[in-house]
Order: sequence, then structure tokens, then C-alpha cells
Amino acid sequence: MSDKNEIDKVSGVETTGHEWDGLKELNNPAPRWWLWVFFVTVIWSVGYWILFPSWPTIGGATQGLWGWTSHKKLAADQGEIAEMQRINLGKFSNASLQDIMNDPELYAFAVAGGKAAFKDNCATCHGSGGAGSKGYPNLNDDDWLWGGTLDDIFYTIKHGIRSVGDDSRFSLMTAFGKDGVLKPDEIEAVTDYVLTLSGTTPKDSHVQGQQIFQQNCASCHGADGKGMRDTGAPNLTDKIWLYGGDRQTIRQTVTYARKGVMPAWKGRLDENTIKALTVYVHQLGGGEEDKPAQAPKADPQQEPAGHVGADE
Amino acid sequence: MSMLEKHKKLERNVLLLLAFSILVVLIGGLVEIVPLFRTSTVIEPVKGVRPYTPLELTGFNIYIREGCYVCHSQQIRPLRDEVARYGHYSLAAESMYDHPFQWGSKRTGPDLARVGGKYSDDWHVAHMKNPRQVVPESIMPSYSFLSERGIDLNHIDSAMKSLRVTGVPYTDEMIENAEKDALNQATGEERGNTDGLYARYSGAAARDFDGNPNMISEMDALIAYLQVLGTMVDFKAAENVEGGPQ
Repeated sequence: MSDKNEIDKVSGVETTGHEWDGLKELNNPAPRWWLWVFFVTVIWSVGYWILFPSWPTIGGATQGLWGWTSHKKLAADQGEIAEMQRINLGKFSNASLQDIMNDPELYAFAVAGGKAAFKDNCATCHGSGGAGSKGYPNLNDDDWLWGGTLDDIFYTIKHGIRSVGDDSRFSLMTAFGKDGVLKPDEIEAVTDYVLTLSGTTPKDSHVQGQQIFQQNCASCHGADGKGMRDTGAPNLTDKIWLYGGDRQTIRQTVTYARKGVMPAWKGRLDENTIKALTVYVHQLGGGEEDKPAQAPKADPQQEPAGHVGADE
Repeated sequence: MSMLEKHKKLERNVLLLLAFSILVVLIGGLVEIVPLFRTSTVIEPVKGVRPYTPLELTGFNIYIREGCYVCHSQQIRPLRDEVARYGHYSLAAESMYDHPFQWGSKRTGPDLARVGGKYSDDWHVAHMKNPRQVVPESIMPSYSFLSERGIDLNHIDSAMKSLRVTGVPYTDEMIENAEKDALNQATGEERGNTDGLYARYSGAAARDFDGNPNMISEMDALIAYLQVLGTMVDFKAAENVEGGPQ
């Protein structure tokens, strides 16, 4: 050391040469272990530069010898999960919905997976227990708009209702008031009639309302008002209402129509998740057996008035 | 030890120390910042990303005005659990026309990068008016006033021109038709003329977003914006991203 700083008499260590009111500072070197850790980290960083993406250059960052990317890391992480699921998923992805129902293991797998996916994706509209709310159908009962068999549910989830894409389920109720098809007094009459269908009001004579219903509504809701699955037209004879069964709501429905939308989940969820969801929703309480005949118009087993939820 | 001696000189001369500090910071800055000047080095090209339509842009501006970004991020990180919950991780190209970008660093509410198409318009309206109605545990404030305020299109063309300066490829034609496109998009195919809109903005959806045909409200604009989020890039293979039933 060329500087001739004072040597502290007690410790024999050189001082820094500063003095504050008689206090001096020893110029001890940094501890050796600390220095070694420091040198090792410097050497480590060189290895890091070589192996991992690090230095930004004009043409993009250096790639590193190991070719690490966060995307590859993600794929590896997902591969881990896929590996864990492989035992069930391999069989699952090849199984038909009916196969899943018949195999207790696959069924349990589907219900567990479906339950998780339901909370994540469906519960925001249908409620965490699938009980629905105004405008969003209750999935626990056996009152289905578009059908409650496994295939029906699968199709609805996959393609949605009035969603984008040509495969989406689609129907459009006429806005009888807004579009000027019916006059206000006619809407009033048909509202009265609809109220009698479900027994909300006694069946007095509603000849005018009945006529209007037969002419305008029956083509979708059926002559008996029991609805039609092909068009997603709800059954009007039960006391299950999607938007509300009071006079004012029905009047509003007839006037402005309803066109609830369910998004198509194809592309957002993979096929296996949709299958799991189908099984989960099916077992919530209202799932229907596949019918031997094709697409029934209205469910013949449907019980009138206020029947809620039956387990299969 | 002569090197250390020289360093000592540096340490004891204020001006020298300042000069060398600036030099070191400059080098660091150059190395970090200069490569970003060329967007090709940071944005992988993907097909499908287009500038926002005037209506969506209005929604984007409402999103910023209302401070939605304070609670909602728009960036799905390439981590397993995020991808499982929100979908494909965000690509740089997906936010290249966002000025300012909405990546966010904090989530009080969920990430919105792929919220487009996840819910129906009706759901969004109900949710904006009273979030608790559809999500009982939500702590989001109500934004019901949006459906009572008409959208302000007076400055939409200037907004687009400004964005063009920052690199958003708005054409003169887009800017000229901005107001018309916004109105037509919020009116929908049935009553409006959407041909021009569709030609200028591929994949744009035109409909009455807020369910009130009598008014083109800020709710229309905001929902139009939310419904396009994360939908521009076509990730056909969701199954490649997700590991099966979650």
C-alpha cells in the first residue's frame, strides 16, 4: 500500500486515514468467505450467459445453449399433469359419453373434472351449484330448453346457444310488441292466457288470448304450450320460468322477446373437458336417458306445474 | 495492485466518479433498451391481430378512464395454472396496438386478456350494473351509469390519428368512416349497414351490445371492447394448451 496511513496500535490494522472527532476507521479487508461467494457468483453468471437466453442484441436476445424458453417450460409443466392424467385420460378421450356413464372409474373422473371446470367457467352464469338465476337456466331440474340427454348437453356446451359459429343452437323469438306484430291489448290478452297455462291464474275464458296464442306462439311453444326442444322454446305450462312468471315479466317477454346467449366453449375448452362437463351437468339432477326415437318434440314425462328436480 | 490504486483515484474525485458512473449507466441502458427499438425482435408475428374498431377503441378508452386496469390485468403468463384457468398465454402481438398496454401487474379481479366470448352480452350488462347479481362474492363496483351515457365520438378520429403516429395501422379510410363505423357496429346488421365495417375490420362483431336499441351507450362500447379481447388470434388447438379436464 503506497498510502502511508496510520497503523492502529491495538489491532495492528491500517486505518482509512479519515478522522471524525478523534474516531478512526480500521481498513479491514472484506471477509474471505464473502469474497469467495462473490467470485463464485461472477463465474456462475458466465455459465448462465452461455446456457440461458441473456444478452440482448440488435437481432434479438442470445438463445443460450440449452434453448430454454418459458414456453418450453410451460409445455414441460403441462406434460407433467398430462402424465398424471394419462391413466384415466387415455381411456377417457376414446370413450363415448355412454361408455363413461357405464364405467364407474371414468364416471368418477368425469364428475370430478367436470365439477372443477364448472366452477371455473360455468358458475358465473349458472351459479356454483348450477341453480341458475334470471336468464340463466337452472341445471338441477329436469326442465330443459334444448334437451337434457348426454348428447344434447354436449352439443349445447360445445356450440353454445345463439353464439358465434354456424353450429350454434339458434332460434329467435319474435318481439311481438316492438316489431308491431301484436297490439298492446292483444299482448295483454295473450299474457293473460299464458298465465293460465301454468295455473298461475284460474282458467277463465281467454278466447282472444288463446286464439292469439295459437296463431302466433304455438308454432314454437306448441299448441298445448309445452314448448319445443328443436327451437329451444320453453315449456309454458310448468311453473319454471327463465325470466320470471309474473304478469309484468311475461308482458315484457312477449313485447321485446328474449334471446339469451350461451357462449360456445369449443376452442376455449378441449373436448375432454367438455365431455367431463357434460357428465357433471347430466348428473346434477335432471339428466335424461337417451331416447330410442329421435328428438322428441316435448318431453312426454314432463310433469306439469312446479315439479323440480328428479334424480335418474 | 495498481488497478486498485487507480480505482482509488476515481473514488476520491467527485467529477471523475460522476463521469464514470454516467458511462456505466449509459452502457447498461443501451444494452437493455436499444434492442427493443426494433419491434421485430420482441414481437413474434401472428395472424389475425387488427386495430380496434372505433367502437372498441371507445370502449378501450372507457376501460382506461374508469381505471379497470387497477384491478384487472390483461396478460396471461406462460405458467401452468394461468393457462389452465384463462386459456392460451398472451402473445406480445396481441397487445401491440394497445396504447397504453393493459398488461397490469396486479389482479384484484380476474385477468381479462381472453374474456372475449366467455360471457354473453346480457351477462356483461347485468354484471356491470350489479356485479353481485351474477357473482355473489364479487367486490367490483357498479358501473350502471355507463348504460345511461351516450358515447362521445367527437374526437374518435383524432384518437385514431394519434394512434397512427404510434404505429397502429389505421388507414385514411378507417379514420374518415370512424363515426359511421362506430354507430353501425353498435346498431348491428339488422338495422345498420355493416358492410364497410366488416371490410375494414376483419372479424368485427356488430350488434346491439347493451340490449338497448334506443341508445348507443358507453356500455355498448365497453362490452364491444371486452368481447373482442383475446379473440383476434385463432388458437385452434386449445387441446395443445390445456392438459385435459382441470
